[in-house]
Amino acid sequence: MTVTAALSASPATEPAAVRLTGVTKSFGKDGVPVLDGINLTVAPGEFVCLLGASGCGKSTLLNLIAGLDPASSGSIELPGTGSRPGHAALMFQESALFPWLSAGRNIELALKLRGLRNRVERRAEAQRLLGLVRLETSYDKRVHELSGGMRQRVALARALAQQANVLLMDEPFAALDAITRDVLHEELIKLWQETQLSVVFVTHNVREAARLGQRVVLLSSRPGRIAREWRVDIPQPRRIEDAAVTELTRAITAELHKEISRHGN
Amino acid sequence: MAIDTVEAVEPEGAGAELQSLEAGLDALESAAATSSPWWRRVFLAKILPPIVAVVVLLLIWDLLVAAQIKPAWVLPGPADVWDELNANWSNYQVTQAIWDSVSRGILGFLIALVVGTVLGLTIARIQLLRAAVQPILSGLQSLPSVAWVPIGIMWFGVTSATIYTVVLLGAIPSIAIGLIDGLDQIPPIYTRVGRNLGARGLASARYVLFPAVMPGYVSGLKQGWAFSWRSLMAAELIAVSPHLGPGIGQVMAEAGDNQDMAMAFGALIIILIIGIGINAVFFAPIERRLLRSRGLARR
Repeated sequence: MTVTAALSASPATEPAAVRLTGVTKSFGKDGVPVLDGINLTVAPGEFVCLLGASGCGKSTLLNLIAGLDPASSGSIELPGTGSRPGHAALMFQESALFPWLSAGRNIELALKLRGLRNRVERRAEAQRLLGLVRLETSYDKRVHELSGGMRQRVALARALAQQANVLLMDEPFAALDAITRDVLHEELIKLWQETQLSVVFVTHNVREAARLGQRVVLLSSRPGRIAREWRVDIPQPRRIEDAAVTELTRAITAELHKEISRHGN
Repeated sequence: MAIDTVEAVEPEGAGAELQSLEAGLDALESAAATSSPWWRRVFLAKILPPIVAVVVLLLIWDLLVAAQIKPAWVLPGPADVWDELNANWSNYQVTQAIWDSVSRGILGFLIALVVGTVLGLTIARIQLLRAAVQPILSGLQSLPSVAWVPIGIMWFGVTSATIYTVVLLGAIPSIAIGLIDGLDQIPPIYTRVGRNLGARGLASARYVLFPAVMPGYVSGLKQGWAFSWRSLMAAELIAVSPHLGPGIGQVMAEAGDNQDMAMAFGALIIILIIGIGINAVFFAPIERRLLRSRGLARR
């Protein structure tokens, strides 16, 4: 295993799926910045985990990348080349599936809003996407009839339906039990390898970051700045209990604790 | 690589293990389906209990009458009311009265629906207007609309205009407030997801806001109907005039003038039945469907 720590600001010529340059965000007039001078480049097909304690602005950063909020300063580029350049799909901790639609219809709505007009095609595509997360038999299930893990899988299928090059995930498995989370980690890595999506995965769970990421970026809190990053060369498929994952978890946790302790003084 | 080239991979080795683990979790965590036929569940859970309640109420009423705590002309029994309705149905023009009242109620409700919806949407969208008008609207909702009857009569005389004024002032606030509250209660995450999926402006209204607001809106409509009907009866009771035509409220007022206690009770029961009936036929099924599809009501 090689774990290298580096603070990298890659040159703008490198191919990128997401490029953040000097991104700052503060809420309200002359408010305290939540994010301060974030430089981050996500390569096409890269899996990056953003890690930090509460108050580091992880979710805020994802919202900025998704275009749901404007940055106060700095630039955010999504120079993708796929069918929807500039677009990033977003997944939350809660599935945020629409409860008035069935699982399949939720995905169909994403396809419709993407511009897929033909109803028959839409249905077939939704069915195929549900198959990718192994829920082919749950097309007509209502959201409340699905377990938490199943909902997140439908939400993942809905995110895939958007055909974005970038998938932004905001603690998507934080509310799930450990067994289900394990299964979904495996599922997500499998889909990521098949699709070559770029993933930005936000979490406060160090072990999860070490289990999933090719790169782990540690954010400091108040204001959120990039404190450190680790390149993780442990090959996938990893397991959460692998020794290498445990060792990396320990190293990152030590840094995270240092970051958090600074605020107590 | 584009996403649409992905194929489901044949399960083998670790894949098969993941698949069976996942299938097990799905089975354990999904709700078990019920097995008895739906009509039986609906009958036992929804239809039988109110029938039993009505029968029990009628029995208690009959017992009270049989105990003769009050003379029959003060407290007539169910049989007296039934006989009176049979005997004097046409003298009081009850059929015509039911038709007139129901059509007035429905027309008033429909006008209130349009006005209340437009008003609610406008108020919900414009912050300043909302701050100004919402307290007044809430006040109007708690004001008994019968209080408008004397004013309406002074403005318009004993005419349909008076009756509709009272009905609208009763129903519009409920409908508008239901809509405003419904819009407030939409979880912000829905609109964020909608925007991320590409729904902005009209698409957001159509695919996200409209379905999300439906439960609150429908319960506002339901309440709006109750207020319409209630206000209509109050108005009809007070505003009695030959050229207004009959109405259930007028039937009751007439029964009062004639000291006809049995007919007064009969009119009361008819008012109740119509109120309950319209709710059961129109609003309850819509509401039940909305809530059930969202997992908010028991099956």
